[in-house]
Amino acid sequence: MKSAVTLSDMSRPGRDPLVHLENAGLMPLPPPLDDPARERAWQALSTQVRERYECGLDDTCALSFPQPKTEDEERVLVGKFLSGLDKLFSRENNWTFLQPLLLTMEHCARCQTCSDACHIFEASGGNELYRPTFRAEIMRRLYFKYVRKGGLLSAFQHGEVDLNWPMVARLAELSYRCNLCRRCAQTCPIGADNGLVAHELRKLFSQEMGIAPKELHDNGSMLQLKVGSSTGMNPAAVKDNIAFIDEDISEKTGIEVKTPWDVEGADVLLIHNAGEILAWPENPGAFAVILNAAGVSWTMSSELAAYDSINYGLWYDDAQFARVALKHVEAARHLKVKRIVLGECGHAHKALAVIADRIVGGDLNISRQSYLPLVRDIVMSGCLDLDPSRNNFPVTLHDPCNMVRLMGVVEPQREILRAICPQFREMTPHGVDNYCCGGGSGFAIMSGHNFPDWRFHVAGRKKLEQVLKAFEDCMDPSIPKYLCAPCSNCKGQFRDMLAYYGLWEQNRILYGGLVELVVNAMRSVKPGFIDWEWR
Amino acid sequence: MGTIVLYCLLYAGGIVFLAGCIVRAVRYSRQPLHLRWELYPVPHGRSGELKIMLPEILFLKGLWEFNRSMWYVSFPFHFGLYLLAAGGMLLAGAAAAPLAWFPAMHAAYAFCGTAGALLALAGALGLLARRIAVRELRQYSSPGDYLNLLFFAAALVLLLAGEWSRSAGSPGPLAILRGAATFDGALKLPALLSAGMAVGAVLLAYIPMTHMAHFIAKYFTYHQVRWDERANVAGGSIQKHMAEYLMYRPTWRAPHIAAGAGDRTWVDIATSNPTKGGAR
Repeated sequence: MKSAVTLSDMSRPGRDPLVHLENAGLMPLPPPLDDPARERAWQALSTQVRERYECGLDDTCALSFPQPKTEDEERVLVGKFLSGLDKLFSRENNWTFLQPLLLTMEHCARCQTCSDACHIFEASGGNELYRPTFRAEIMRRLYFKYVRKGGLLSAFQHGEVDLNWPMVARLAELSYRCNLCRRCAQTCPIGADNGLVAHELRKLFSQEMGIAPKELHDNGSMLQLKVGSSTGMNPAAVKDNIAFIDEDISEKTGIEVKTPWDVEGADVLLIHNAGEILAWPENPGAFAVILNAAGVSWTMSSELAAYDSINYGLWYDDAQFARVALKHVEAARHLKVKRIVLGECGHAHKALAVIADRIVGGDLNISRQSYLPLVRDIVMSGCLDLDPSRNNFPVTLHDPCNMVRLMGVVEPQREILRAICPQFREMTPHGVDNYCCGGGSGFAIMSGHNFPDWRFHVAGRKKLEQVLKAFEDCMDPSIPKYLCAPCSNCKGQFRDMLAYYGLWEQNRILYGGLVELVVNAMRSVKPGFIDWEWR
Repeated sequence: MGTIVLYCLLYAGGIVFLAGCIVRAVRYSRQPLHLRWELYPVPHGRSGELKIMLPEILFLKGLWEFNRSMWYVSFPFHFGLYLLAAGGMLLAGAAAAPLAWFPAMHAAYAFCGTAGALLALAGALGLLARRIAVRELRQYSSPGDYLNLLFFAAALVLLLAGEWSRSAGSPGPLAILRGAATFDGALKLPALLSAGMAVGAVLLAYIPMTHMAHFIAKYFTYHQVRWDERANVAGGSIQKHMAEYLMYRPTWRAPHIAAGAGDRTWVDIATSNPTKGGAR
């Protein structure tokens, strides 16, 4: 279904959605999801939600921003937007991304090369609203008109745009229809980055107007800064939970597992995404088994936020990002560890190891690494005594964007899988050319209203196609299949999406992390660490 | 009088082009060092960079891979411009070279200039046709986008027509260049070729004022964004920059930023905890 929506529709008065999505118009899926009976109907937004919140973009609503009651309120909000727009282009307010933003604003040739690279645009059936240049072009025109104060000549050169509250409200929502995977930027012949535009818009809305999804801000970065973790676990709770995991994993593996806490001078400070501890306890358990078996000097920290590697600020707010990143490195400094190693969480990798690099100076600049090279070295060293035949089932690997395209960690995970999984097969494409799982940039934890419907039908559709094609030779439910997703957010997306389409129940596709496969192959561990049960 | 005006235009076009490019490049180079935002794969070493840059610059490899239909018109356009630039340099070289070299240089600049102009013209018209015909290009195009391509097409048509239609013995590009070097007002210029050169000079001056200056941006987007994975090391230049930026006083207004009345620095903000009861 090709949408006829145009740039000027964004400022169309009223709150009617600009587009309506239907399954028939989306990118077709391969078997078994080519069967219409296995497609799911969308849950419609209720009238109450439509009357209460700004939902004038499409069929869903990510922000739940209350509708202003008067025209004066709308004017004030538009004023705040303009004020924030100015700040995005000022050195003092946005030194963090000013140069790439300016380059993108001023040089996009609108050749649309990036469009075919965008999984959301493709999966939506080429819906104009989701074209990567759509929101970027609006932003570009606003920049030339309001920041550069362009007149008629500028409008002739760069195009016209009408700014009103409906436009601002729709733009806020539209900034949350991009996974920030930056696949579009990778293909841009000029190097313009339309993914960055979505990121910067989110910042404007959060940092100037206080508008951000509740899951990312109130229940995300704010909760993490308040109690230590977006899961709500305080230090005592996390220690309790890890103690329980140690006990459970000891029983399951037959190896006594003890997670060390707050060990001064340890070689490695391991920081998990705390979601693993609650949702997938076998993952931190597997880490403990591997590190202990390899004789690594390691510890976890019970300092505020230092036992949860998440940093949602990466997706929407520089201040929140910096605050959490500093908490992580401060904990490492207090413990005098040699390095921080990040567990299976893609955005935490990118946030702490890469993006935070330039703001952690002096004694806070402690080595920060992915767990992947460490586990690869352990596996390759032979110290674990691995039996690949224990993993003799089809395994495919999902590449979290933050680890591959945005960080360059591509080979270690493959070396591990090739060594321990005889039936490992790649998705196409993979590595730095991978597709996002559809849960990136916070979507995996955003479940308000019917947003998951959009997340599974559109954002995750391309990845779903890849998964189904990777397993196309073994879709029979008698063959258990393992989708290895070494990232907590990606796993969350897969958990929800596989369940949504019944792919565990009907085709036996299980998802899980990478370290679980390593432990599953250890001869010293009781067989069956991966227990092929849905969770 | 008209001859001198053309000379002035040629000089002005060149000077404004250079100045515009320099201003643009300096403006981007003076932007603050941003947070790391690289995209992989990142090439390492000069040879690694050249392996990516040369096919990209000369043959628009990215467009070939990701937007083939656009490549068919964009490549001739850009390669034509490269040939034109090479022809211009050969022309300047011929003006200063020993007489014995002239036949070879003449042949070289004539070939580069003619082939370049033809290719660039075909590309400009192709780009224009696509921008008009293809809905997803049309929707995002401003009137200026069409003007830019028409501008190129007009200048190239005039240059080609001027060169091909000028009478035998009338001054050609080399003679005009020599005339411009000495401000020879007595030179009788062919009207069409002069018009082509005048329009070309204005076009040259106009380019750095538009997004067509992406050849400048591309250096920064590749070397300072995509490929900049320099690590922050103790005592390095990155730390010096950060020391300055972290003292900036942002004015973001959302309550959780707690920027005060613009009196708090980035350090103050980053080291504060916005949650009630949260640890500071």
